[in-house]
Amino acid sequence: MMTSVLGVLFDGFAYGMLLFLLSVGLSVTLGMMNFVNLAHCTFGMIGGYVTVTLMNSWGWPFLATLPMAFIAAALISVLFERTMFRRLYRATDLDQCLLTIGLVFVSVAVAAFVYGTIQQPVQLPSYLRGSLRVGDLTLGVYRIFLIVFALVVTAALVAALEFTRFGAQVRAAVDNQRMARGLGINVDSAFAITFALGSGLAGLGGALAIDIVGLDPSFALAFLVYVLIVVAVGGLGSIGGTFAAAMLLGISDMAGKYYFPAIGSFLIYLVMISLLMWRPAGIFGRRT
Amino acid sequence: MASVSPAIAGAHEHLESQVRWRTLEVVFWLSTLLPFVVTPNYLVLASQIAITALFALSLDLILGYAGIVSLGHAAFFGFGAYTAGLVAKHGWGEPLSGLLISGIAAGLLGYLMSFIISRFRHLALIMITLGFGLLLLELANSASGLTGGADGLQGVKMWPLFGIFRFDLYGVTAYWYSLIVLFLLFLVSRRLINSPFGLSLRGIRENAVRMRAIGAESRPHIRKIYTISAAMAGVAGATLTQTTETVSLGVLNFERSADILVILILGGAGRLYGGLIGAAIYMIARDWFSGINPQYWYFPIGVLLIAVVLFLPNGILGGLAQLVNSERGQRWFGWLTGPLPWRRNS
Repeated sequence: MMTSVLGVLFDGFAYGMLLFLLSVGLSVTLGMMNFVNLAHCTFGMIGGYVTVTLMNSWGWPFLATLPMAFIAAALISVLFERTMFRRLYRATDLDQCLLTIGLVFVSVAVAAFVYGTIQQPVQLPSYLRGSLRVGDLTLGVYRIFLIVFALVVTAALVAALEFTRFGAQVRAAVDNQRMARGLGINVDSAFAITFALGSGLAGLGGALAIDIVGLDPSFALAFLVYVLIVVAVGGLGSIGGTFAAAMLLGISDMAGKYYFPAIGSFLIYLVMISLLMWRPAGIFGRRT
Repeated sequence: MASVSPAIAGAHEHLESQVRWRTLEVVFWLSTLLPFVVTPNYLVLASQIAITALFALSLDLILGYAGIVSLGHAAFFGFGAYTAGLVAKHGWGEPLSGLLISGIAAGLLGYLMSFIISRFRHLALIMITLGFGLLLLELANSASGLTGGADGLQGVKMWPLFGIFRFDLYGVTAYWYSLIVLFLLFLVSRRLINSPFGLSLRGIRENAVRMRAIGAESRPHIRKIYTISAAMAGVAGATLTQTTETVSLGVLNFERSADILVILILGGAGRLYGGLIGAAIYMIARDWFSGINPQYWYFPIGVLLIAVVLFLPNGILGGLAQLVNSERGQRWFGWLTGPLPWRRNS
């Protein structure tokens, strides 16, 4: 009994890490510009397909494809931001939702056209496969790798936001965009860079997610709901909140599917709605 | 017609001028009868369009007029659809009372929901409506003893309408039925929108804070219109159940909520005919492309959405209205958008 609880906790933790990588960028950009970017998971999907293509058609090793997934997602996101998104920063929530959901639809169709609707296979290198036994517990090596990797990324993110000049500018812009502008901070360029970084992280998350949840064209829509739950519950612009919400969702989703398979996802939505009714700005959100 | 500026004339006169039927509206409703004559093989599609149009109209009431964004409106559509299906399955196949029961049931659900909805705005509202829609879908999926789960509800049998008109395979009764339901509820919406209540809703959409400041508390208004909209969506869902005699989980899923949003935006939100025009274009286009893989179908829809947001912010009808309201447009088409010829001097 105890081992199964620990096992579920471990898997949920790894899954939560994945959700965190996928959603942290959206949380920060939403906090800065109030731009509701439903196409965020599209960048995750792009990262996933870059990894699949590089590995299966070009024979790259798995680890070498990860930076490329990051870079490709970041570059494409900048292209979108410059050509489309920036025209809608002052538009209504609804217009932003519609434009970005339009992008999701297009990306799903393009992915289905290029790669087909089947799940994409990846062959992990042998040192990431298999599992470790700790006492009675069996831990997947890939999940350990995922947790360590995501923790390193998180530490780097927090450090960059806390201790660099750019990080200070981003925090200022999240706290009060107009005031930051008034103090001479170039919020637009800070936002563009943050947007690229956040989308790059989503791309990374998408690439890392292939082995856990698979990759097919519906990725951009299927994960959108999870990412939105994490962002809304965690509170906009709060990295700590996003982390906590991602862990909460990851673990409760795993536990729900394991212990109550029939009503697992039902519980998730119920918890989300109750949390939002209790604190509309998220657990750690400060603004309403 | 010298249009009376609403700023000069009183609010009452303005509302009255809006209530008058225009030539184009009469032409529009007459043309909905064309499928009986011109395309009798497509009456099933025509009834689907009428049902979708009713659903879009219900969303228009809250989104277009009161400014409440909803990503989960299929919840009420599906609730009405399942209610109608369950009522018919358990031995009461009379269509009209089934429609009424479903509308009331969905309206009650909407009334309960409206207490939550009216408290939130922005991202929290989007997430709550989305979550509520998914919640209901999961509920219907797991309560398979009641709803049939993923297999859909089997054994829905409708009695003939008024005991005479059977729901036939060609959709003749189905189209009459859904068209009349659509028309009646359209009349209700039209009356509602052009009432002082409708004006307050538009005020709330434009600036909820200021509406409170001038003494019009927004929450009761939002609760009212949300309940009405939910009931209408439920009736639309029930009509679908009764005309097709099946219910599947598809009536509740996210794609249906997203599609109806697309339809409304495409046609033009905040215009009574926006959802109707949008539904016709969308459904005909989908029927046209139905041969291709459904995943590719989202490509043109996505491109269309992006184009509408970037270039046509008020939808197709908004774009057309801009053309017609220009000086040349008034000279050519003014007779269409004006009141009926024989009422012109009244």
